[in-house]
Amino acid sequence: MRFVPFAVCALAGLTLAGCQSAHKTDSEGFVVDPGFEQHLQEQLLDAKPGTVITIPAGKYALTRSLSLTADGVTIKGAGMDKTVLSFAKQTSGAEGMLVTGDDFTLEDLTLQNSKGDALKINGTKDAVMRRVTAEWTGGPKTSNGAYGLYPVQVSNVLIEDCVVKGASDAGIYVGQSSNIIVRNNRAEGNVAGIEIENSTDADVYGNTTTGNTGGILVFNMPDLPVPGSKTRVHDNKVIANNTPNFGAEGSAVRSVPAGSGVVVNSNDDVEIFDNEIADNQTANVIISSYFSTGFDTERGRSAVYDPYPQNIYVTGNTFKGGGDKPGAGFDKLAAALGGRLPDVLWDGFTDPKVADAGICVQNGDAKVLDADGAHKFAGARLVTLDCKPAARLRPVILPASMTKTS
Amino acid sequence: MHQGSPSRSVAADPSRRSLSLCLRAFARECLLRIFASLREPGRQPLKAATMAGSVILALASCHQAPSDVTFHAAGFPKTLDEWGLFTVKDHRITPHKGMVTYELATPLFSDYAQKWRTIWMPPGASARYEPEKTLDFPVGTIITKTFYYTVPASAPSPGESNEVVKMTPATYQTGVDGLDLRHVRLIETRLLVHRADGWIGLPYVWNADQTEATLQRTGADIPLTFIDGADRTDFVYSVPNQNQCGGCHTADYRTRALGPIGPKARHLNRDFPGPGGNVNQLQRLVRLHYLTGLPSANVPRDAAFDDASAPLDARARAYLDVNCAHCHSPTGPARVSGLWLHSTVPDPRRIGVCKPPVAAGGGGGDRPYDIVPGRPDLSILPFRMASTDPGAMMPETGRSLVHQEGVALIEQWIAQLKGECRVDRDGRDQMAMR
Repeated sequence: MRFVPFAVCALAGLTLAGCQSAHKTDSEGFVVDPGFEQHLQEQLLDAKPGTVITIPAGKYALTRSLSLTADGVTIKGAGMDKTVLSFAKQTSGAEGMLVTGDDFTLEDLTLQNSKGDALKINGTKDAVMRRVTAEWTGGPKTSNGAYGLYPVQVSNVLIEDCVVKGASDAGIYVGQSSNIIVRNNRAEGNVAGIEIENSTDADVYGNTTTGNTGGILVFNMPDLPVPGSKTRVHDNKVIANNTPNFGAEGSAVRSVPAGSGVVVNSNDDVEIFDNEIADNQTANVIISSYFSTGFDTERGRSAVYDPYPQNIYVTGNTFKGGGDKPGAGFDKLAAALGGRLPDVLWDGFTDPKVADAGICVQNGDAKVLDADGAHKFAGARLVTLDCKPAARLRPVILPASMTKTS
Repeated sequence: MHQGSPSRSVAADPSRRSLSLCLRAFARECLLRIFASLREPGRQPLKAATMAGSVILALASCHQAPSDVTFHAAGFPKTLDEWGLFTVKDHRITPHKGMVTYELATPLFSDYAQKWRTIWMPPGASARYEPEKTLDFPVGTIITKTFYYTVPASAPSPGESNEVVKMTPATYQTGVDGLDLRHVRLIETRLLVHRADGWIGLPYVWNADQTEATLQRTGADIPLTFIDGADRTDFVYSVPNQNQCGGCHTADYRTRALGPIGPKARHLNRDFPGPGGNVNQLQRLVRLHYLTGLPSANVPRDAAFDDASAPLDARARAYLDVNCAHCHSPTGPARVSGLWLHSTVPDPRRIGVCKPPVAAGGGGGDRPYDIVPGRPDLSILPFRMASTDPGAMMPETGRSLVHQEGVALIEQWIAQLKGECRVDRDGRDQMAMR
């Protein structure tokens, strides 16, 4: 505990009492400051464009969701490992923090053990999460909150230098959003490390995902207002994502087999390149359709939904290991192939109305298995998909105000 | 960090608080007069005598709250009585002139709290009828909702009783003539106020003496024990913070404008006691000149969820509409789920039939679809309604008890729905098993 001299306190306009209480902690390590939660929520209620709310170092227990509706607000802690907002004692609210204001920045703090999602940003533009940890500290548990960092229907998203751990669905989950950069984050011990779902124009790079059930997912789900496409997954480390799936039955990631590296499901225009993908025991890359998720029903899927992955390009990745201990459905296939699934597993479902699904793999000697999912693997075979897209996707560009670090 | 009785310490010296507010108001008045005198060169500057007279007048008026409903066009009045809505006297709280008590066909469930709702509009102003949306209320409208519980007959001090008793609607005090405070604990009074720049929501929490309610913009948590026959359940009644008002009352995420939810034609279209007797509430509003444009026929009407004589489908859809559709609509906060629950939505998939969850996480309760016809035990809707886990329960706010009657209704409704979703639970853990 750092000692702050009285003079510093006085200079900062703090009372001596306030100074001392900032250092007092209870037996669980929580800062003893009964007015903290109410004061913080008051600051959020009073915030106006340009307001910067700073939260000093310390671990604080909150009982309710924090909510922010104002535009243009920055919330800043003293550092990811210094300012911790704990929701372990939360009695109400479906998330740790709920934000519905535009131009929002959250920096340098930890959101811990929320009952639901840690941070949800709903229906805004320009959201920045920088050096934020969202975590559940009790290890992988189905009762952990679903999402760590969860922007949904947001245009312009930047998530960088964050850490996400223990989410029972996805650590970083960008849903129904557009123009997205997810970079230089670490996702560990979640069901899905990073998931881009029903989103358009996303760049996912420089991240490390390890110890999740699946490393990086690019999904499209049916019955949603917004379909997605155009995601680039490159220069990531996707290593040993072999944690048994602890997602809830029926949740979107429940179908992901343990040992999945990068998974594309029902999404279009996805490039996976220059990644280091290793030791994911089902397969390092999986390309699949909605028919493989186990959720499909004739009544449950709208006619406009496209369940097939199309225009997927895998190139320049470094593969190592993996495929050697696939989920139960695949062990016979692996045995038939000499004990190991190849680096790229494709379920083989294609839209009969589309001549060329555009599934292309130009990745050295990496092999591709067409699992023939449509016939319960009866015609599974190794295939060559030596093709490339007519044009590559362009990098995502965010407004300069979002990428400027403070 | 419970804020169990946040208003009590504040209320310890209400006279000082109101005096200081009053002096502030007076100071503002003085400034306005000075500015006015400066703008009008013909007028003399304020004389000392005039000033003194103003001070006496202002202080005299400061000692009590306005006795008529007072619309504040700006600011956040710190106490409820600044709005001049109610008189609390002789163990009764009564509404002031122009306030009309109303009730919904099917109300939102809020931890079995009883609710007393009123509408007030400025003299001469009226709302326009809307067939589907909330009635189009004029600027100046004040809607109040007072949340209260009946306390055990033995409770010596109702305002301090943490024990509260389950009541059925038939035994509610209606609020038409106010409430008898010897039998109830007032929890909070929420205001929705229509200002020129839109609606605002303000939560006021009552003190233990039930004499004054103070603004709690950050909400409050109030520990209570709910008594239902022999069953006792401890729970925390959660007063929402001012932002959380918008969690339900922001019907359109694009405008982010706050608005009332309950006063829609289909919810108001029922009989209720009040001026003119036990009459249709919409017609009462017309007679009181509070509503224009009410058509003579084809006014939509939602069922009362507990009216056993009404069709089950109408009761269930009315229940889901009032309890869920403020979020679960194409423009509400839960639009991202693709589950839309207005009673007017015709598409079975949109209301959840065979629809897989999207971002429910553990809230899905290990169940495959929102609604599996004939199988409430496999349907997510009743699971989330029956949960009290903040990460799984629905609605997300405003509830920590389970509405047993509501869950039973939805289960009964799902049980008789026809069809199947072809649930294939064997393929769950693998890909491509079909």
